[in-house]
Amino acid sequence: MTTSIGNDLLLALPEIILALGAMGILLIGAFFGRAKAGTLLWLCVGAIALAALDILITFDTREVAFNGLFIVEPFGNFMKLLVLLGAGITLILSHHFIQRERMALFEYPVLLLLATLGMLLMVSANDLISLYMGLEMQSLSLYVVAAMKRDSLKSSEAGLKYFVLGALSSGMLLYGASMVYGFAGTTSFQALGQLFTEMSAAGQAPSMGLIIGLVFLLAGLCFKISAVPFHMWTPDVYEGAPTAVTAFFAAAPKVAAFALLMRVLLDPFLGLVDQWQQIIVVVSVASMVLGAFAAIGQTNIKRLMAYSSIGHVGYALVGLSAGTEEAAVAVMIYMAIYLVMTLGTFACIMTMRRDGRLVENIDDLKGLFANQPMLAVALSVLMFSLAGIPPLAGFIGKLYVFEAAVEAGLYTLAVIGVLSSAVAAFYYIRIVKLMWFDEAGEPFDKQTPREVGLVITLSSLAMVLLVIVPDPLTSGAAAAAASLFGK
Amino acid sequence: MSWPLLSIVTFLPLVGALFILLIRGDEETVARNARYMALWTSIITFLLSLFIWFNFERGSAEFQFVDETVWLPQLGLIYKVGVDGISMPLVLLSTLLTPLCVLASWDSVKVRVKEYMIAFLVLETLMVGTFSTLDIILFYIFFEAVLIPMFLIIGVWGGPRRVYSAFKFFLYTLAGSLLMLVAVLTIFFYMGTSDIPTLMRETNMPGSMQVWLWLAFFASFAVKMPMWPVHTWLPDAHVEAPTAGSVILAGVLLKMGGYGFLRFSVPMMPLGTDFFIPLVFFLSVVAVIYTSLVALAQHDMKKLIAYSSVAHMGFVTLGIFTLNQQGIEGAMFQMLSHGVVSAALFLCVGVVYDRLHTREIERYEGLANNMPAYALVFMVFMLASVGLPGTSGFVGEFLVIVGAFQASSWVALLAATGMVLGAAYMLYLYRRVIFGVLTKPDVKKLLDMNWRERLIFAPLIALVLWMGIYPASFLEIIGPSVELLVERYQTAMLEAETPSLMALLGR
Repeated sequence: MTTSIGNDLLLALPEIILALGAMGILLIGAFFGRAKAGTLLWLCVGAIALAALDILITFDTREVAFNGLFIVEPFGNFMKLLVLLGAGITLILSHHFIQRERMALFEYPVLLLLATLGMLLMVSANDLISLYMGLEMQSLSLYVVAAMKRDSLKSSEAGLKYFVLGALSSGMLLYGASMVYGFAGTTSFQALGQLFTEMSAAGQAPSMGLIIGLVFLLAGLCFKISAVPFHMWTPDVYEGAPTAVTAFFAAAPKVAAFALLMRVLLDPFLGLVDQWQQIIVVVSVASMVLGAFAAIGQTNIKRLMAYSSIGHVGYALVGLSAGTEEAAVAVMIYMAIYLVMTLGTFACIMTMRRDGRLVENIDDLKGLFANQPMLAVALSVLMFSLAGIPPLAGFIGKLYVFEAAVEAGLYTLAVIGVLSSAVAAFYYIRIVKLMWFDEAGEPFDKQTPREVGLVITLSSLAMVLLVIVPDPLTSGAAAAAASLFGK
Repeated sequence: MSWPLLSIVTFLPLVGALFILLIRGDEETVARNARYMALWTSIITFLLSLFIWFNFERGSAEFQFVDETVWLPQLGLIYKVGVDGISMPLVLLSTLLTPLCVLASWDSVKVRVKEYMIAFLVLETLMVGTFSTLDIILFYIFFEAVLIPMFLIIGVWGGPRRVYSAFKFFLYTLAGSLLMLVAVLTIFFYMGTSDIPTLMRETNMPGSMQVWLWLAFFASFAVKMPMWPVHTWLPDAHVEAPTAGSVILAGVLLKMGGYGFLRFSVPMMPLGTDFFIPLVFFLSVVAVIYTSLVALAQHDMKKLIAYSSVAHMGFVTLGIFTLNQQGIEGAMFQMLSHGVVSAALFLCVGVVYDRLHTREIERYEGLANNMPAYALVFMVFMLASVGLPGTSGFVGEFLVIVGAFQASSWVALLAATGMVLGAAYMLYLYRRVIFGVLTKPDVKKLLDMNWRERLIFAPLIALVLWMGIYPASFLEIIGPSVELLVERYQTAMLEAETPSLMALLGR
C-alpha cells in the first residue's frame, strides 16, 4: 500500500463533502440562529447532491484507500447513490414538515447529514473497525433525531427505546467482531476472505469461535435492518418518531445496513456460505411471516408500515440467502425499489392532515378517492406495488429475489415467501379498499406542499414505468454486483 | 408482418385509457366523453382484431403475427407476442366483449364513470396480453395484473356485499397464482429460456419435477377456472359485480384457466399431466354434477348462472384432459361458446336488474307478456346454454362427450348426466321468470328492451347461431394447433417410457 494520502482523500471525496458540509452548516446555524432552519436544510440537500454527483462521475473506480480500511467500487457506489437518494428525498420532504411540527431546529438537517455520512462510511467499510465506526456514527445521529420532538412523550420514548436497543445491538456486533478477530487474527475483509477460502479449499471446518463471532455479527446487523427476531424496536420507533424521521429510518439506513450485510456476507464470509445461509434463511422466513401476519391487526398507518418494512426485509433476505452474484443483483434491485416505494408512501402519509394536525389512523383514509382522487390513485399504485402485484415495480423486485432463490435451489423458501406475500397483500389492498370503496370521510387539508406532491407523483410514476424501462436500474445493479464478486 | 398488429390491438385500449384520464370538465361532460371515448376505442380495437381473424393462415399450427423486442436483457427476457389457433379466438372474444360491456354500462353506471371506463380499457389490454404473449414471465405479469382492475370494478361499482367479494376474489386468485410464479421461475431457470414456443417444443424436464410444477400451475388455473372445490369465490364475485364485470369475468377471465392448461400444463408438463388425469376427471365430474344440483336450488339469477358456469367449466377441464383431438377441440369450443353465452346471460339478467333492481327469481313472473323481445333473446341464450343442437353450446358439449367416451365411458356417462341437469335448471329458471301469469304490479310496468340493448344482443345471437350451425369456420382455426398439441403429448409419453411415475416420485 503505497498510495499517496492525496489519492486516498480524493477517493473519499463524497464523504469529505458531507463532513465539511455538515460542519460548515453547523457553524452557520450556531452563528446565525435557528430562524434559518429551512435555508440550512436546502444547503444540506445541496451537499448531498454534490456528493451524489461526485459518485456518479467516478462510478467505475475500484480502489482501496487508507491502508485497506476503505474501499471504493461500483457496488459501494451503487448503494451510496441509493442512500443519498433516500436521504435527499427525506430532507426535501422534511422542509415543510419541521416547520409545521415546530421542530425547525437547524440541528435537524445537520444530524441527518451526519447520519448520511455514517452510512456512506458503512457502505465503504473494508474492515471490521471501519465498519463499526460508520455504524456508530449513523446510529448516534439517529438516536437524537428520533427524540427530536422533545415535548412529545411518544417521540422521547421512541428515541430512548431506539437508543437502548441500538446500544445492545452495537454491543453484540462488537462482541462478534472481537470473536472473529480473536480466532482469525485479522479484522481486514481481504485477509478474512483469503483465510476462509483457504480453509474451505483445505477442507477444514471453521472453528466454533469463528461461527459464534459470525452469529453475533449477524445479530447486530439484523437489528439494524430490523429483521425478526431483532425487530421489536421497529413498530414503536416508527410510530413514535415524527413522520419525516420515520420516513428517513425506513429508507436510507435500511439500504446502508443491507449494503453492509451484503459486503460482510458476500465478500469476507463467502467461504462460510453454508454456515450463514441457514441463519439468513430462518431470519428471512420469520421476517416475512411476521411482517405479513402482524400487520393485519394494525390501525396506525406508521405501525403498519413498520411491519411492512419488516416483511420487505424478509424478501430481500430471500435474495441474499442464495449467496450468488445473481442474488446480489436481486437484493440491490429490491432495495432500490423498496426505497422509492417507501418514500412515496411516507410522502402520502405526510399529507394526511386535518385542521393542521397530523392524523395517522388507517381509517382516516376512508373515501380518500372522493376527496383527493389523484392522491388516492398514487397511494393505490404504491400499495399494489408494495404488495408485489405485476406489472408494478414491487413485482419486478420480487421477481428478481425469487428467481435468485429458485436458482440456488431454495424452493421451500420461495414457496413460503410467495404465500406470505399473499397474506401481506390483504392489508395492502385493505388500504386500497378504504380509499376507493368506503364512503368519504372528513377531507384532509388540501394544501399539499409542492415538493411533497412532486415526490408522490414521481415515486408512483416510477412504480408504473419501471416495467417498461428497467434499464438504468438493472444494468447498474448488474455492474455493481460484478464488482462485489471481484470481476 | 410489416407492422405489429397484435401489439397495437393489445395496447390501443391502454392509449384510450390514457386519453380518458386526461378528460377534464364538469361531471356530466366527463362522464359522456369517457363513455364515447371508451366505446370508440374498444370498437376500433375490435375492428383491428378482425384483421387478425381474416389474415390468420388456416391450417397452420405455427404462431402467427409474431413480433418481439428486447425487454429485460439481464434476465434474458424478451417482449414477444403471437397467436396460434388456441389463443387467436380468445383474443377475438376479449375484443368483442369489451365494447359490449361499455354499451351495457352506458346507463347503469352513474358514478365515477371515467374511472370505470379506464378500468375496462386497462382490463382489455391485460386480457389480450395474457392470451397473446409468448413469454412465460410476461404471461404471468398480464395474468396477475388483471386482478387490479377487476378488484376495483367489483369493489367500487358492485352490490351490497362487494367488499367481501372483492377481497375473496383477489386473495383466492393471488394465492393460487403466486405458487405458479415459483413454478414459472423454476422452468425459466431449468430450461434457460422463457420463450413459450421453445418450452412447448422441448419437454425434457424430469418426471418428478413435472409433477410438482404441474401442481403449482394447477393451483393457479384451477382457482381461475374455477374447478370444484375452489370455485366458491365465483358465485360471490358474480353476484356482487356490476353486470359488465360479470360479463368479463364469465366471458374472458374464466377462460384464462383453460387457456393456461392448454398452453402450459399439457404441453410443458406431459408427464405431470398424465399423472393427474384421474384427479382432474374426478374434480370435473363432481363439478358438473354437484354444481348443477346447487344451481337448481338458487333463488338469485346471477348466482344460478354463476354455478352453471362452474359446471360448464367442468366440461372444459374434462375435455382438455381427455387429451384427444375431439376432447380438446370440444373444450376450446366450449370455452368460446360459454364466453359468448354466459356473457349474454349475464347481460340478460342486467336488462331486468336495471329496471327492477333485484335479481330474486321470485320477484319476476310472466315477462313474456310485456317483454316479448326480451323473452326471445333470453330463450336463445338459455337454449344455447342447455346445449340445443343448432346452437354453439351443443357443439362443444358433444365433442367433449365424444372425447371423454374414448378416455373412459364412465366419465362420459356421468358428464352426460350433467347435461341433463343443465337443461333442468335452465328451463326451470326460464319458466319462473318468463312464463306464468303477469300479476305483480311493478313487473307489469316493465318496458321491453330499447334499441341500445337490442344492439348489444344482436351480434351475440348471430355468433351463437353461427357457431352452432357452421362450427367448421372455428374448428379449422383451432384444429391444427390442437392436432400438434396432441401429437407432441403422445410423443412425449412414448419417449418417457416410464411405466410408473410413482417410482420416479419415490426416488
